[in-house]
Amino acid sequence: MAIDDFEYPTDPQSIGQKLLRSGVTRRQFVEFCLKLMVVAPAGLALTGKADAADVAKAIAKARRPSVVWLHFQDCTGCTETLLRTSTPGLDELILDLISLDYHETLMAAAGDQAEEALQAAMKENAGKYVLVVEGSIPRKDNGVYLKIRGRTGLDILAEASKGAAAIVAIGSCASWGGVPSSGPNPTDAVGVTALVTDKPVVNLPGCPANPYILLATVLQYAVVGTLPALDELHRPLFAYDRVIHEHCPRRAHFDAGEFVRAFGDKGHRKGWCLYVMGCKGPVTHASCSTRHFNEVVDCWPIGIGAPCYGCTEKEVAFRVPMFDTVKPQHIVPPATYAPVFTPQGDASKIAIGLGGAVVGALLGGGLVASSKVGGPPADDGAPKSGKE
Amino acid sequence: MNSASRPAPVGGPIVTPTVVVAFALAALAVALIAWRAAAGLGATTAMNDGYPWGLWIAFDVVTGTALGCGGFAIALLVYILNQGRYHPMIRPAFLTSALGYSIAGFSVLLDLGRPWLTYKIPFFFWNWNGDSVLLEVALCIMGYSMVLWYEMSPAFLEGAAASSSPGLSRFAKKALPIVKKSMLWVTALGLLLPTMHQSSLGALLLLSGPRLHPLWNTPLLPLLFLLSCIVMGFGAVVVEGALSSRFLGRQAETAMLAGLGKAMLPVLGLYLVIRLADLAVRGQIGALFAFDLYGAMSVVELSLFVAAALLLSTDERRRDLGNLMRAALVLLFAGALYRFDVFLLAFQPGPHWSYFPSVTEILITVGLVAGEIGTYIVCVRAFPILAGHAATTRDLRGAAH
Amino acid sequence: MSISRRMALKVLAGTAGAMASAAISPPSCAAARGKHIKASEAGANAGMLYDATRCIGCKACMVACNEANDLVPDGHLSEDRWQSPLDLNERTKNIIKVYRNDTDGTFSFVKRQCMHCVDPACTSACMLGALAKREHGIVTYDAALCVGCRYCEMACPFGVPKFEWSKLAPKIVKCELCNHRIAEGKDPACTEVCPTHAVIYGTRDELLAEAHQRLEGQPERYVPHVYGEHEAGGTQVLYLASVEFDKLGLPACGDNAVPDRVRAVQDTVYQGFVTPFVLYGLLAGVMLRNRKAGGDDDSGPEEERS
Repeated sequence: MAIDDFEYPTDPQSIGQKLLRSGVTRRQFVEFCLKLMVVAPAGLALTGKADAADVAKAIAKARRPSVVWLHFQDCTGCTETLLRTSTPGLDELILDLISLDYHETLMAAAGDQAEEALQAAMKENAGKYVLVVEGSIPRKDNGVYLKIRGRTGLDILAEASKGAAAIVAIGSCASWGGVPSSGPNPTDAVGVTALVTDKPVVNLPGCPANPYILLATVLQYAVVGTLPALDELHRPLFAYDRVIHEHCPRRAHFDAGEFVRAFGDKGHRKGWCLYVMGCKGPVTHASCSTRHFNEVVDCWPIGIGAPCYGCTEKEVAFRVPMFDTVKPQHIVPPATYAPVFTPQGDASKIAIGLGGAVVGALLGGGLVASSKVGGPPADDGAPKSGKE
Repeated sequence: MNSASRPAPVGGPIVTPTVVVAFALAALAVALIAWRAAAGLGATTAMNDGYPWGLWIAFDVVTGTALGCGGFAIALLVYILNQGRYHPMIRPAFLTSALGYSIAGFSVLLDLGRPWLTYKIPFFFWNWNGDSVLLEVALCIMGYSMVLWYEMSPAFLEGAAASSSPGLSRFAKKALPIVKKSMLWVTALGLLLPTMHQSSLGALLLLSGPRLHPLWNTPLLPLLFLLSCIVMGFGAVVVEGALSSRFLGRQAETAMLAGLGKAMLPVLGLYLVIRLADLAVRGQIGALFAFDLYGAMSVVELSLFVAAALLLSTDERRRDLGNLMRAALVLLFAGALYRFDVFLLAFQPGPHWSYFPSVTEILITVGLVAGEIGTYIVCVRAFPILAGHAATTRDLRGAAH
Repeated sequence: MSISRRMALKVLAGTAGAMASAAISPPSCAAARGKHIKASEAGANAGMLYDATRCIGCKACMVACNEANDLVPDGHLSEDRWQSPLDLNERTKNIIKVYRNDTDGTFSFVKRQCMHCVDPACTSACMLGALAKREHGIVTYDAALCVGCRYCEMACPFGVPKFEWSKLAPKIVKCELCNHRIAEGKDPACTEVCPTHAVIYGTRDELLAEAHQRLEGQPERYVPHVYGEHEAGGTQVLYLASVEFDKLGLPACGDNAVPDRVRAVQDTVYQGFVTPFVLYGLLAGVMLRNRKAGGDDDSGPEEERS
């Protein structure tokens, strides 16, 4: 990558200057941009460039987006994933890229102070901030099952969403309820899309969601000003357009019919396909197979020998039993399945010509001979022409 | 018995251009057969799992033995229908049949994947599958080939008896009476076996029933094969007689051949009636005019049989040797087409399979037939097979009534 | 002479008549032989049930089949990159094929292997019984009795037996229901590895009951028919599918066992091989009579006259 082409911009409000002040080297930043390109290789205006340095340039110029992060019924797993980078400093880098103005887990403030910070952030950036929601919102009994400072989650979300430019629901809980909503759903937990209809909502399901997807989405909004293209479940296509099965590192074993049949068996030790163990990869739309977690290679369920459990799918995770198999969708390489009827056997042109010639010679010779036998016998003892 | 109608060697040079060309083609076939033996069936033939039987079965075996039914047809006429005047045609007919059946047998060996186990077919009788039509065909054809050569043996023994080698001559003279004594029983077998296996060649495809085109898919296949093989046998005898008279300097036995032509008519008629009645009963007449390949081929096939019948319809037409030969040729083609249609066209392994014989298959078949013709010419020149130079007036009279 | 000719015609007519009557008579004689069983008597025979709606097309059965039968995988459709044969062939005893119709959106996998007919065409065709129904009603192959005539390929209505075209000592290749594994107390390889139990192994009766239970339980899921229950006189491998069976390459080949018809013809003509002997006697008799009556017509085999 052409690091030399990249300089931090001089605008003091820019992301670049903030990074410079935090001591992030240009190389570190360009490397990070490259990772973003990997997680969002296509379909995103932000990363759809030829070179990581170009991406870095675009991002560095932009103002840091103001982010307000709310927690509802959640395990904080999504936040933890964001923080659990194994490369020192990367978590700080990520936090430098955005202006995280309110985050209950990360902020030092507590009590009234925290509440004031929230109000201030919402006021200051009204109409501009990105609202990130983590966790599901209980609706039952007017939402009394989740209260912060005496206010229900329903109230807080309604207030915060009013001034937000866009809402990102991170994790499966915020997307459509997640674990809290699984049967019998005692609190009638729902995701953001069930409550907010007047603002664009991006769902980043996953349990947890991959933090790079959040960053790519938020930076895309900050830099380009648009939200990524979404599918019918509000998931960005750049990260959720294909199922794990299509790009699974163990796909060859599926195609070869090599399956793990018990944890710890020969196939499991050899890294065979986990389909029989209930892997939901064939129906799960996610990018886990290309972007692993925590900067560790193969750090994702299938990578460590556990079947995918379909966390990004509303109808799969916490709903389909863990070890049940699913019916694959999108049978991709049709060319390797023989159609029921396939043309076989062919005729060489030479053979057809020769066959025609032989039949023709027989017919012609026979007719000629038959016209000759009518005449006087060639009684010279020597045959003049061949028999038919 | 008039000495002139006695069989006698034609004489003349053995090596003639025809014979040379015939054996050159046969030599090419031998080379290709060697390649077939070395490279296997897949590399040398166009046969495949959809069409496991190709040209060698459809022509060499199924059509070839039908063409070789001259001996059967003439023997039927002479020995069973007691038409002794056709007697002079027996030996050449038997020779053609013997050669035809031998070629068929040889082609089967080429076609078989594991020919070295063929000996088990006649000898491992405890393994015989009573259900297998093919087993019956195989045993009959093996048996009939031997019967045919046995029937031919007097000709060769007579030739040997007249040879200059005293040992050979003595042996032949001793063997001849024994052979002749037993001939009636062998000849009866020679009538039984073709009746069985020629019909069974048709029965073979009954087992492919679900995959046979309805135009040909009838339980009467055996009967149709038997009737058509008899007319084809007659046809072969006529063609061979006409050609011998023209090219081997024999007296044209026109009257006798015309008589054969007349004898063919009822069989031909029976064939056509049964074929059409069968189509009508099975409600397939409409399929004849479906304007597809199958309808067209059936119509061509039937038209050829009808054309042959028309060519033979009057005494006047039958007395013209050229016309007679044309009729016989048309019959041979009709019968051959019928067999090809049943074995290769009507048989439908699926819309996705196709077959056309490879160059090697065609050249081997051509070479084998050429070799057969060459051998025939050499045999009739060297051994007493064809009747003498002049046909007797008695024979002519006998044939004309 | 006229008498003998009439006699001869009678013989011929008798033969033709026997054939004709055989052709139209019902194939009842086949069952009378006892050797050939009917579907109703094959309940305890080994078989398989393939449910196309459960199949995911993973081809585990193909891999397992090749391993169990020592077959070299055929990679025809993928330029030898992985096992992807075009059809059942000399290296493939079991194949998963796909049916897809993009206009109406129907889609189905189909597994093809030997159907193990209750009364098979191939065993009826085989001269020395190289292909024969042996233990558990499984159609197995004995190369020592095979001359390679390929009549079984001509006969099988399902196009199952395949021939080793590429070899110099070719054999017939077809599924033998892993009879070598069954002898060791194991299941057929394909049924053992199937991750969704789309293909299961059992006796024909058990499998039929299971198939009908599935049809009743989820009628909307299936074409309401168990393929193989009656087809070709009944097969021991049964099929359930959501797509019409002929589209899956499983032909509607009638409910009669394929050999019934040829047996009806052949049994009538060759009943206990009596007919040929009688015919031979008649032919010889006619010839003897002709020779004795002969005289002016020089009848009888020529060689006897000199």
